[in-house]
Amino acid sequence: MTISGRAQIPAHSEGNPGDKGKAEAMTTATKLNLRTLASSEELLAPGHRLCAGCTEPIVVRQVLQVAGPNTVVVNATGCLEVSTTLYPYSSWRVPWLHSLFANAAATVSGVEAAHKAMVKRGRLKEDERMNFVVFAGDGGTYDIGLQSLSGAVERGHRFLYVCLNNEAYMNTGIQRSSATPFGAWTTTSPVGSGTVGKSQPRKDMTRVMAAHGAPYVAQASPHLWKDLMRKVEKALSVDGPSFINVLVPCPRGWRTDVELGIGLCEVAVDTCIWPLYEVEDGRWRLNHKPRVKKPCVDWLKLQGRFDHLLRPENAGALAGQQGQIDDAWESLLAQCNAPQRGA
Amino acid sequence: MIASPSRLERKPALANQRLASLSGSLAVAEAMRQTNPDVVAAYPITPSTLMVEKFSEYVANRLVDTEFVAVESEHSAMSACVGASAAGGRAQTVTSSQGLAYMWEVLYVAAGLRLPIVLHCANRALSSPINIHCDHSDTMGARDSGWIQLYAENPQEAYDNALMAVRIAEHGDVLLPVLHTQDGFTVTHSLERVELLDDKTVAAFLGDYSPAHPVLDTRNPVTLGAIVMPDALFEMKRQNAEAMHNALRVIGEVGEEFGEISGRHYGLLEKHMVDDADLVVVVLGSTAGTARTIASQLRVAGMKVGVLRVRSFRPFPTQELAETLRGKAAVGVMDRAFSFGAAANPLFAEVMSALYLHGMNVPLINYVYGIGGRDATPGQLASVYRDLALAASAGSADPMVRYLGLRGP
Ligand SMILES: Cc1ncc(C[n+]2csc(CCOP(=O)(O)OP(=O)(O)O)c2C)c(N)n1
Ligand code: SF4
Ligand SMILES: [Mg+2]
Repeated sequence: MTISGRAQIPAHSEGNPGDKGKAEAMTTATKLNLRTLASSEELLAPGHRLCAGCTEPIVVRQVLQVAGPNTVVVNATGCLEVSTTLYPYSSWRVPWLHSLFANAAATVSGVEAAHKAMVKRGRLKEDERMNFVVFAGDGGTYDIGLQSLSGAVERGHRFLYVCLNNEAYMNTGIQRSSATPFGAWTTTSPVGSGTVGKSQPRKDMTRVMAAHGAPYVAQASPHLWKDLMRKVEKALSVDGPSFINVLVPCPRGWRTDVELGIGLCEVAVDTCIWPLYEVEDGRWRLNHKPRVKKPCVDWLKLQGRFDHLLRPENAGALAGQQGQIDDAWESLLAQCNAPQRGA
Repeated sequence: MIASPSRLERKPALANQRLASLSGSLAVAEAMRQTNPDVVAAYPITPSTLMVEKFSEYVANRLVDTEFVAVESEHSAMSACVGASAAGGRAQTVTSSQGLAYMWEVLYVAAGLRLPIVLHCANRALSSPINIHCDHSDTMGARDSGWIQLYAENPQEAYDNALMAVRIAEHGDVLLPVLHTQDGFTVTHSLERVELLDDKTVAAFLGDYSPAHPVLDTRNPVTLGAIVMPDALFEMKRQNAEAMHNALRVIGEVGEEFGEISGRHYGLLEKHMVDDADLVVVVLGSTAGTARTIASQLRVAGMKVGVLRVRSFRPFPTQELAETLRGKAAVGVMDRAFSFGAAANPLFAEVMSALYLHGMNVPLINYVYGIGGRDATPGQLASVYRDLALAASAGSADPMVRYLGLRGP
């Protein structure tokens, strides 16, 4: 414990993780090849306590591979935070700050503002561009942290906000959030004689962020790592706020086999439940179009949280679900195919 | 608050000062300008809004080069301060009442992470019903958050506290956030004569802030705000208690040092005719001025009365207060907030414990006054001393809790 008594843990990697010469932040897409990645330093150390099969750390590693060691991470309360920093251990080889559940975006606003002040006053060098990255769950983003995020994006702070979207409050034991899809079982949207799981469709947070006019907004999935990392690269290059919503399957909360994680991502994209797209300075672009659009049953049947939807008596609800997905997909296609600003 | 005429005439104590006619809000805004923090993140709320507005003007006119973050709520104001302070910057905010309540969970984070943030507060009643006027329910609601709490009596002291707060917060033996406050409207909106230090003196007094482990130091990455289990949290909180204890000494030291540059010396308590008094009123904030005026009048009439103003509520100067009150015949404690369901209200509870701990059984009366901005009048203070005289001769006081200026019982 340090003298000041605050939970403050030096990173425990061998060598100097902050050595700029060793692990340079990737700045060009050409570096996104497996050989470079395999030899570059891991900034999230192994030994954390996330569940077997959890996809959150995969995304964090992909993001940090691009962001590099000159990065400050702000983490909202949630699975990632509690599982990577159990005092006196820490998995983080970059500076990491956790304050609360609702305030990651406001907290990073302060970090970024202080950085600006110190550069302005000559206490930090301008040429060493520092990255500010937030990791927050869907609960910390769509729900309790929405105001904080909205404010920070509107003010235009330079930071990348990565939503680790596992479609529920997992850290507290699988409760619904506004990212939870229609029909999903959670402990606060249980399946009962009068309900088929969550009775509302999920909020479209990526669109909400795009509507803020943030210079870079995207949806990504870790199974298409190159796409995800290229998005991180773009996000970090803009001079303002950026937002990437990443689907992170949670075997525990979704009631799936542990080894399914990344495979589930692929199905989510192929069923158009999780389309990959980006909004760059207001221009919408689809990044991946499935060769064959699969029915949503292919997605639902892999997860215990949707079991009840496949029962004959719930055929109506299932059809409704497919209808919602189709409508959202058509609307996204229309948006991406429409004449784009500046194009 | 009644200003004494002699104070109005005095020249500035030292040549490094100039005179100004300022409200408490503007005096604090001036201190903020001189501090030129790295980051100010704030949100408007009556009666502290003027501080935010004035500071925004300073930013707009480049009188400071602070990064001013005009956040969307007080929760975010304090959160941004946490981020900025963790980054290694000097961070400050301004608020009142609902704003302070809205910051509540973040206040604890600031203290727990040992971040020397300064909060310029103006007291205002907490809803409901909504009321914009002064009482101390807002700051009393935050009394166990781990923040140091200083209460000013007038614009001059608000200005002085705003500067001293930075030094107290950043002291290596303390490293705790500081809230310093002034009574809403009574002080925030009253023009008074204020002596202002020159910018150079302030800069030298404040010095530079360079924390040991800022999160912006990517070459030496730290994990700040980890999850801590039963095996360590207790020790960390114990260290917070120790830091708060150290603050008792540091507040005095900084007050002395400030006295040397300004001629205005500050301790934890301010004593007015207390030494030889039999009857003493203990009070926070601007009401002390009224109490002093009445006490001076009663002295002329031959009553041995005094006023003990508590400047630092957290840490509470338990021992010094008890020693000061030793041998008194009766003590009245003025509370501008309720602690519903408690044996007595916040300030009274502190005084009562202090006296008990030092083996003193003095007749004590707890007065609740000024709730929701109800005027604290000279007549009320005179009645307090009359009550105390009766309690002193009876050797006891009943009822213990009384209400001043209340219609009905
Ligand atoms: C103000 C507040 N309310 C509730 C909680 C309890 N809580 C901690 S994490 C969490 C859910 C996290 O969900 P999410 O953001 O989706 O992250 P996940 O754990 O699913 O990755 C909740 C409800 C809290 N810490 N703070
Ligand atoms: S509950 Fe889900 S999100 Fe949380 S660690 Fe386990 S698998 Fe990951
Ligand atoms: Mg979640």
